[in-house]
Amino acid sequence: MHYLMSVFGPAELTELGSYPDKATMQQAMADTGAFNDRLQAAGHFVYANGLASATSATVVDGQVDPPVITDGPYLESKEYLGGFWIIEATDLDQALALAAEGSKACRGKVEVRPFQAYDPQG
Amino acid sequence: MTGPALDARVADAIARAHQDEWARVVATLTKRFGDLDIAEEGAAEAFATAVERWPADGIPPNPGGWLTTTATRKAIDRIRREKKRDDKYREALLVVDVPDPHEPLESLGAIDDERLRLLFTCCHPALGMEARVGLTLRMVGGLTVPEIARAFLVQETAMARRITRAKDKIRDAGIPFRMPSADDLPARVDGVLTVLFLIFNEGYLATGAGTDPVRADLTAEAIRLTRLIRGLLPEAAASYGEVIGMLALMLLTEARRAARVSSSGELVTLDEQDRGAWDAALLAEGHELVRTRVLAAAASGQAPGRYQLLAAINAVHTSARDIRDTDWSQIVALYDQLVRIDPSPVVALNRAIAVAEVDGPEVALAAVARLEAALDGYHAYHATRADLLRRLGRSAESRAAYDRAIELAGNTAEAAYLSRRRDQLG
Repeated sequence: MHYLMSVFGPAELTELGSYPDKATMQQAMADTGAFNDRLQAAGHFVYANGLASATSATVVDGQVDPPVITDGPYLESKEYLGGFWIIEATDLDQALALAAEGSKACRGKVEVRPFQAYDPQG
Repeated sequence: MTGPALDARVADAIARAHQDEWARVVATLTKRFGDLDIAEEGAAEAFATAVERWPADGIPPNPGGWLTTTATRKAIDRIRREKKRDDKYREALLVVDVPDPHEPLESLGAIDDERLRLLFTCCHPALGMEARVGLTLRMVGGLTVPEIARAFLVQETAMARRITRAKDKIRDAGIPFRMPSADDLPARVDGVLTVLFLIFNEGYLATGAGTDPVRADLTAEAIRLTRLIRGLLPEAAASYGEVIGMLALMLLTEARRAARVSSSGELVTLDEQDRGAWDAALLAEGHELVRTRVLAAAASGQAPGRYQLLAAINAVHTSARDIRDTDWSQIVALYDQLVRIDPSPVVALNRAIAVAEVDGPEVALAAVARLEAALDGYHAYHATRADLLRRLGRSAESRAAYDRAIELAGNTAEAAYLSRRRDQLG
């Protein structure tokens, strides 16, 4: 099964991201890199990346003609999606164990959410 | 015609089969079809068919086998009806070998293991606590949704929704139907025990005149499920001792049920209970379990866990024929051990109550005073203070503490007891 593992953070990021100081940021990045390597080696890695700040987001509504373009993220919130992994895991227990590792590495809470099962007849 | 006699015998057989076989049928079907919903519906249909058929056809020689076979056939019918043809279901249909209902099931061991898996799936930490409770009572306990809703005083539709959502999450998020890893086992067993203790307490606290019998039955159900996990978990498992501790704690608490509320619906505290009204058989079993754990802990050198300590405290209380024979220093020593595992203010409050009996109310009052910030909104904190102040002859302060305790008490039996004690103050 594929799972989305999301990390949330503040809307506006400083040059330190959401970390308290430079040393913490560097250590978190190194730990996250090592975690990604482990995901790759064990065959869990599908994709991972960090996002630019939520204030750089643009919303497009193409249901109307011409499309309506709006500045800012889709939902107003205190915290926004800051980065994510897509992983392959056999079940939720395995995904939760990986999420715990990822959370420790990146210094943030991780939300684990399954992708919809692919049903060729559905 | 043996009509009514036969009917009673059949009704009894169906009730017994429901107690003994429900979880087994659901677990077996869950394993085969990989879907709790199909398993639950198949099991429910099988029992409904038994109600229809057994009075005419007779009780099958192996009711469990008959129910599993019938439930499996019903599940296959449903899958065909819904034309579910994705790989999982096709695979399930291919491996189906419906057992002969007249042959005893061969490997009971493997199926017992499935019931344990079912319990772990229903009590998975990714599910909310309320969902775990509802799902466990439905899937493992075999209670109906209306019964569970009544027991927890919620609308039937709300409970049905809660259980359906939990089943959906298990399917969509890939919560596995298998034994936890050895590393995870202690935490997962602890999670199951938390659910069972919640079920027990919901029933126990509901005790009293006018209580819905379904609510009172929750204690029996919690004990039954704890016995089930005790029977299924290998003795060598790290958390086995805590399962025994939980069972002992429930039995020793349940034994005092009848003596705990007076005929007028007032709470009767331990010191005023008629000890002759305690259930001797439950006490004997509880005491025996505590003894085996004390010996096991001594032999292994492993410190007993929280539930074993709570059971031991209850065993000391219930060993005394008269409140005056209570071995309070033993109780304080057990609380000292408990405080090391669980330094919460509620444990400290209960320890202080025992300290009052050993070192006097003044020492206890000083210990209780340190808990004010944490427990000011908790009725038992004020009730304990009120009692200690009363014993020290500080009536005015005691009265104020009783007032506050009564104000905060959520249970009518308890409020009635506290009011009487307050009104007895000089």
